[in-house]
Amino acid sequence: MMPGSAPPPAAGSGMFVPTQTAGTVLCCMCGVSMQPNPANMCARCLRARVDITEGVPRHAAVVYCPDCTSYLQPPRSWLRAGPESPELLQILLRRLKHPLARLRVSLSGAEFVFSEPHSKRLRLKLRLRREVLNGIVLEQTHPVEFTVHDRLCDSCARAQANPDQWVAVVQLRQHVPHRRTFLYLEQLLIKHGQAALAIRVASAPGGLDFFFGSRSHAARLVDFLGTVAPIQTNTAKQLVSHDTKSFIYNYKYTFSVEICPICREDLIALSPKASRDLGGLGPLVLCIKVTNAIALLDPLTLRVHHLEEKKYRVYNFKAALTSKQLVEYMVLDIEQESPEITVDGSRYQLAYAQVARMSDFGKNDTVFTVRTHLGHLLSPGDLALGYDLYGANMNDDDMDKALLRQTLPEVILVKKSYEKRPRTRRWKLKRLPIEEDLGNKAKGEEDKRADEYSKFILELERDPEMRFNVNLYKDEDYRSEMASTIGDDVPTVPIEELIEDLSLGDDEEDEEEEDSAPAGMVE
Amino acid sequence: MATRIQFENNCEVGVFSKLTNAYCLVAIGGSENFYSTFESELADVIPVVKTSIGGTRIIGRLCVGNKNGLLLPHTTTDQELQHLRNCLPDQVVVQRIDERLSALGNCISCNDHVALTHPDLDKATEELIADVLGVEVFRQTIAGNILVGSYCTFSNRGGLVHPHTSIEDLDELSTLLQVPLVAGTVNRGSEVIAAGMTVNDWTAFCGSDTTATELSVIESVFKLREGQPTAIVDDMRKSLIDSYV
Repeated sequence: MMPGSAPPPAAGSGMFVPTQTAGTVLCCMCGVSMQPNPANMCARCLRARVDITEGVPRHAAVVYCPDCTSYLQPPRSWLRAGPESPELLQILLRRLKHPLARLRVSLSGAEFVFSEPHSKRLRLKLRLRREVLNGIVLEQTHPVEFTVHDRLCDSCARAQANPDQWVAVVQLRQHVPHRRTFLYLEQLLIKHGQAALAIRVASAPGGLDFFFGSRSHAARLVDFLGTVAPIQTNTAKQLVSHDTKSFIYNYKYTFSVEICPICREDLIALSPKASRDLGGLGPLVLCIKVTNAIALLDPLTLRVHHLEEKKYRVYNFKAALTSKQLVEYMVLDIEQESPEITVDGSRYQLAYAQVARMSDFGKNDTVFTVRTHLGHLLSPGDLALGYDLYGANMNDDDMDKALLRQTLPEVILVKKSYEKRPRTRRWKLKRLPIEEDLGNKAKGEEDKRADEYSKFILELERDPEMRFNVNLYKDEDYRSEMASTIGDDVPTVPIEELIEDLSLGDDEEDEEEEDSAPAGMVE
Repeated sequence: MATRIQFENNCEVGVFSKLTNAYCLVAIGGSENFYSTFESELADVIPVVKTSIGGTRIIGRLCVGNKNGLLLPHTTTDQELQHLRNCLPDQVVVQRIDERLSALGNCISCNDHVALTHPDLDKATEELIADVLGVEVFRQTIAGNILVGSYCTFSNRGGLVHPHTSIEDLDELSTLLQVPLVAGTVNRGSEVIAAGMTVNDWTAFCGSDTTATELSVIESVFKLREGQPTAIVDDMRKSLIDSYV
């Protein structure tokens, strides 16, 4: 379009630029005098001839959760937005984005037109802009009415639902005296979001119960557990109600999942048959890792064998000694026997170690000379944890057989021990909201749990391989200790492994969320 | 009177015809409708000649002429030149010129006295235009467009120019041409005036898309209504009422 008059002659250029006054022409349709434009048609005639809002929807629907006043942003996110707020405007306009883009209409403005909240209607006034006829851009207002459909969002629906209304339950059990495995599995489930669909998670004697609203959700959890732990599954179903005329049967499904009672750092005495089958492994072996297979290490030869769950069921051995029975030793001398080797990504070195029980110090001079696989870690003066076969009172047939057949070492060192010192950490873990059965809780159970948890944390700190499968979050409340108070050799978690926790909204909301967060809220 | 016509469903009638005060050239079309419209309007006054130029039908854009002469581009064949010489009146000089810008109709616009030309036209061509057409030649632009032949059309009585022409330009052009000019459109808002219409001193042909408003602008600026019997009465009434008041 022509400007009203050309700009005045450029002062410095010295060129004479004649002034240009735009003339007027008659509109080719109605003959009204107007400024010439590319269509040479006045705006009224143009508007009469072309409707730029043609094809732009006048009605649309939006889904609203009345419980948490949030709107559905397809496909499945829910955004909280107040009435006539910019957020709501954004949500509504996003519903119109595709039709507008398809028609090549651009949006130059949008505003709410007041509508009574009970009318369940939201009205917008849009200003649309679109190119018509040789580059003329027309702008036009266009009202759009949104119908608000009420529907509870997923989390509200879950909150509203009767928590007892489960259809499937996964009963996860491990028959061992401690809960270490479950603490670790809990972290795995959080990391992979596997328990997100659970209606309820309850602690049971010897394990956890996961309740689900649908059988497939439970089956999914069982499948996941099968990939991370050596499990055996039994399923059962109970008929709740049925309608033979329409062939509808309602069942309650139970998945009984049992984890092998072998944990990391357990000492196992293999039966002669098992030892023979595994190529003369052992007979004393340490369990070094439990995934869906059990990794067994012969600490005297550094051989590692991975035993699958099915294979395990054949021998069905139990741990002779478990990590509770670890005894602290002082390393007096160490003599490397062979170079350091790497098996399955872990380093070992055979060495002769001279150790003495810490409890013997000041009482007697009992010293053991044993072979150990921790030659690379230990040095004289270190503390190490090990199984005291010399003093142990064992009740294990396989161990007895092994003792008959060959002489066994008096000590099997398992890991290096570090000075214990209560200290704060810069990281924390998320927990699943597990319901405790308050009724039959033994006395001192609380302390035992806390102790187990702190041991688990400590273990996590020591073992980067284990940490790899766990999400660690930065602790906002952590205040750095003086560097000197932590020994240099004590392993800590490097800061780059920590994840910044996601916190939405203001603090008050945050707290509320943490209190009442169902399993699904764990990100 | 201005007439609305189409050439084979195309409204750009100025492309397919050339109308002057002494002759009218019409493109050879598939049907006779276009030709016969010209024929019925002009037959008893001036010759209406069917021709092609350089084998094409876009004759209005390729040639330029007035009552004194006709200039043809170098693409014109000898046969076409001969045909035109035979058909046109003897006093019309038909001349083929060797100009690089061969679409003469787009580059030159003229009436019987003045011609506006493209600023880059040859000096020799300019002289030829002055000699053959008997006009004064001005190198000009119309609203910044160098194709003066496309964006303006004028007869000895008036002229229509590109709608974006500023008032200063309009004044300057109308001083040069010594005819009243007006900025306007044809064919429902088209800016290419000369392509959409062709005009001489007493009649005009416009594309059939031309609206009534545009037609009335054209009729008034080219003074096409004055040929009608009512025009005299209107004129007299005007003076009578003027004196009466």
